[in-house]
Amino acid sequence: MMGCWVMAKMTFKEAARKKILWTALLSGIGFLALFGIALHFQIQDFEARGTAPFIRYQILDGMLMIGLYVVDLLAVIMAILTSVDTISGEITSGTIHAIATKPIPRWQIFLGKWIGFAAMTAAFVALTFGGTIGVAYAMGRVAPDHPLEGGLFVLLECLLALTVTFFFGTWFSTLTNGVLVLGLHGLAFMGGWLEQMSGFTESAKLVTVGVVVSLAMPSESIWRRAAFDMQSPLAAALPFSPFASTSIPSNVMIGYGAIYLLVALVAGLFSFYQRDL
Amino acid sequence: MLLGLVRPTSGSASVLGAPPGNVEARRKIGFLPEHFQFYNWLTPAELLRLHGQLCGMTRSQLSKAVPAMLDLVGLTPHRDKRVGDFSKGMMQRIGLGQALIHEPDLIFLDEPTSGLDPMGRRLVRDIIRAQRERGATVVLNSHLLGEVEVTCDEVAFLKDGEIVATHDVSRLGAEEVRVLVEARNMSAETVQALSPLTTAVNLEGDHLALTASSVERLPEILRALVARGAEVYSFVPEKLSLEDLFVRIMGEDRGL
Repeated sequence: MMGCWVMAKMTFKEAARKKILWTALLSGIGFLALFGIALHFQIQDFEARGTAPFIRYQILDGMLMIGLYVVDLLAVIMAILTSVDTISGEITSGTIHAIATKPIPRWQIFLGKWIGFAAMTAAFVALTFGGTIGVAYAMGRVAPDHPLEGGLFVLLECLLALTVTFFFGTWFSTLTNGVLVLGLHGLAFMGGWLEQMSGFTESAKLVTVGVVVSLAMPSESIWRRAAFDMQSPLAAALPFSPFASTSIPSNVMIGYGAIYLLVALVAGLFSFYQRDL
Repeated sequence: MLLGLVRPTSGSASVLGAPPGNVEARRKIGFLPEHFQFYNWLTPAELLRLHGQLCGMTRSQLSKAVPAMLDLVGLTPHRDKRVGDFSKGMMQRIGLGQALIHEPDLIFLDEPTSGLDPMGRRLVRDIIRAQRERGATVVLNSHLLGEVEVTCDEVAFLKDGEIVATHDVSRLGAEEVRVLVEARNMSAETVQALSPLTTAVNLEGDHLALTASSVERLPEILRALVARGAEVYSFVPEKLSLEDLFVRIMGEDRGL
């Protein structure tokens, strides 16, 4: 496992040297600052109008859910964009030649890089997700239900997107890989909305379409489950929102997402192992 | 393929007694790719440390080996620069460094002198010789036949993926030698008299071009010329170069 550790450390160092780490950190801090400013003005407005505590809590809780939803989107996109070039780019440029001829198995190169990006993604999620909850609690005394569970689901979704990006990186060029993974995530996003709409319109066909899309890429389903676990009653009552509870992904779907991640990881390892470099 | 980067479609091979790409065998192998790219955000010392770590070297081994290797490839003055700011020649040097950091037994160098200035080429030659003296086997892949001739002990000619000939470089001149003679009083009889001593003779006026099977035959040939009444003004042996041998084995390039 020595090769894994060396490659994971190198991935961190690369992100730091290329300023990816600091840019992500700054964007996370920027997002938290914006969220804090929005909460501040909203609370000022509540005080000026003398808004009732119940309404005040529900609105602030809704704002928190919007913040967490943005964190989720940001983290998934970060996971995809930062890692999209790491396998395919090194194969195309030939950088991999000097590395893959060293006495470490190929799977350790792949897994080491994956661990490095997974750790960075986890740090980003911890900062932005934890920071959003912290800011909301400090300023408005609101907190989501099951924050740890919700955070882990968001991390699972990000790792899923990361792993799919790694897998396609062993097959396609950087650009094709990026288009493919973002396209799949977009598809999952669309599927999630279709499923919600089906819950409202009671259309069985829409449910089927939504489920099929979620099976093809379960990332959005994982978010909807996280949102359901964390949401406030008011947010849940909205029929069309990223937090609506008209169609709730089950534990089986979460398990499917975890298995999907593992299968994509093993498939990526195998594909990287057997391909010509 | 021998390093496991590309998988064979058929056939078999072994490197240091193991199948191509075997991890344990790679521990004893160093490799400089032709179109090499390294992590250009690292300094040369960091890059050597990374490759040393991947070869299983310990921290204490690296603390000695990295400065020594930077010194060997002449990059100590540039140790704090990023590899991305290196010239082609400096990249070649750091490439050589990463291939040799773990003192491998077998070293594959793919065009190691391409893009280097004369001083750089000499440095690479010296490093290759030092590796040979250390007991390592260096496999040098190059189209620069002059470099191969002054560096290698043996050559193998590859055509369409197959070895079509091998040759001991030190015997290049000893095996066959071409001689250009300028003399008067030469005739068809002179040519006939030289035939048993040569593999080819061609007379044009006062100029005679002949090929002998070895340099040992040259005194005898000169004596035979003089004995047949030739007045010899010059007798210039030309060693068969690697390029001559290459052209003879591979055939003329008909692409142009």
